[in-house]
Amino acid sequence: MKPIYSSAKEAVANIQDGATLMVGGFGLVGIPEQLILALVEKNVKELTVISNNCGVDEWGLGLLLKNKQIKKMIGSYVGENKEFERQVLSGEIEVELTPQGTLAEKIRAGGAGIPAFFTPAGVGTIVAEGKEIREFGGKEYVLEESLRADFALVRAAKADKFGNLIYNKTAQNFNPMMAAAGRFTIAEVEEIVETGDLDPAMIHTPSIYVQGLLQADQEKRIERLTLSSGGSNPAG
Amino acid sequence: MGEVNVRERIARRAEKEIEDGDYVNLGIGMPTLVANYISANKTVVLQSENGLLGIGPYPTKDKVDPDLINAGKETVTSIPGSAYFNSAESFAMIRGEHVDVAILGGMEVSEKGDLANWMIPGKMIKGMGGAMDLVHGAKKIIIIMDHVAKDGSAKIKKECSLPLTGKGVVHKIITERALIDVTPTGLELKEVFDGFTIQDIIDSTEATLIVKDVIEGVN
Repeated sequence: MKPIYSSAKEAVANIQDGATLMVGGFGLVGIPEQLILALVEKNVKELTVISNNCGVDEWGLGLLLKNKQIKKMIGSYVGENKEFERQVLSGEIEVELTPQGTLAEKIRAGGAGIPAFFTPAGVGTIVAEGKEIREFGGKEYVLEESLRADFALVRAAKADKFGNLIYNKTAQNFNPMMAAAGRFTIAEVEEIVETGDLDPAMIHTPSIYVQGLLQADQEKRIERLTLSSGGSNPAG
Repeated sequence: MGEVNVRERIARRAEKEIEDGDYVNLGIGMPTLVANYISANKTVVLQSENGLLGIGPYPTKDKVDPDLINAGKETVTSIPGSAYFNSAESFAMIRGEHVDVAILGGMEVSEKGDLANWMIPGKMIKGMGGAMDLVHGAKKIIIIMDHVAKDGSAKIKKECSLPLTGKGVVHKIITERALIDVTPTGLELKEVFDGFTIQDIIDSTEATLIVKDVIEGVN
């Protein structure tokens, strides 16, 4: 059994200034909406945030950014956020842009006890500057170090009271790796069911990675609503 | 040629590089348009790096699911036979050379197949997303872009002037004017599209082109 918080405020109570946080999601999909709002309210500062994106100007991590709570951002794509660009260009925020696959693997490795790994992504670019390059089978690879965090804030569709998690569709994204890489993982979920009600074969994140649960309704804001004009071709 | 026609011509030609049964990743922007032209005679599975294999059409209003998007953050559907997975798994299939073709946009491509498509120093800071991983993983990397920049300057150059996305990673370049293969000996002009001459292509390309077996007047 894992603690089930009565509010998002209670869930983030132990997160202090200067903490390193992993925050799940791709764009606005699969972000822990209420935990982010609670961090804005708590007004913790000097945060290092590891997340693929940094929200949009008025939602998700964009709210923390607007409130100047982020000292350093580690992510792969921040193009949806004008305030981010402004803070980077003015030197108010430190940013470490990382290839998306490298970011995912850094987090996966961190949770799996692997301190570093070699990847081809970024070889011959500014991403590889100052890092060890080694050749395997005639091809060059760059050494990348793994990531861990004080807290991981993830979002899932369902949890049981043990803390097993199931994600919905593309809301899975970075959440499972972050759950494992966080020293203390808080899962914000749409529904908490009784232990035993989830099919063990369908679990995405086993309960061992989860330290606390919050049930919270999600707004699920849509960044780009694109509708079909009736054709049957795939949408890229 | 109007903007729409340019994009359509490029997308249609790029589609011909996709074979029946291929797993394909389409980049954001013009590459996404290629999906509109995939022949009904081919079974093609599109990979979206945010964790979906088997992108379907855009949804009708009643089928919109905010938890289901493509890498461009657009609402999509998934096809029968599709699979969802996490980002580490997604890039394992990309880096592990399981994706047959990646079609990406480009700002500059060099004579050696270097690609720059993610950053203009001092101007925009958006990030590379999955591009740096994709260019090393997919079996075939096709860059589709306008042949020249808006000011008329060459985008296919001897050396890229912008920060690189990957070094020696491009296999093929398709523009509204020509199709060019990146070979171990250099850039080989293979096709010149209707409305342009071989000389037009040479004049609008800074990199040296190998011109031997060129098909002209391709529509």
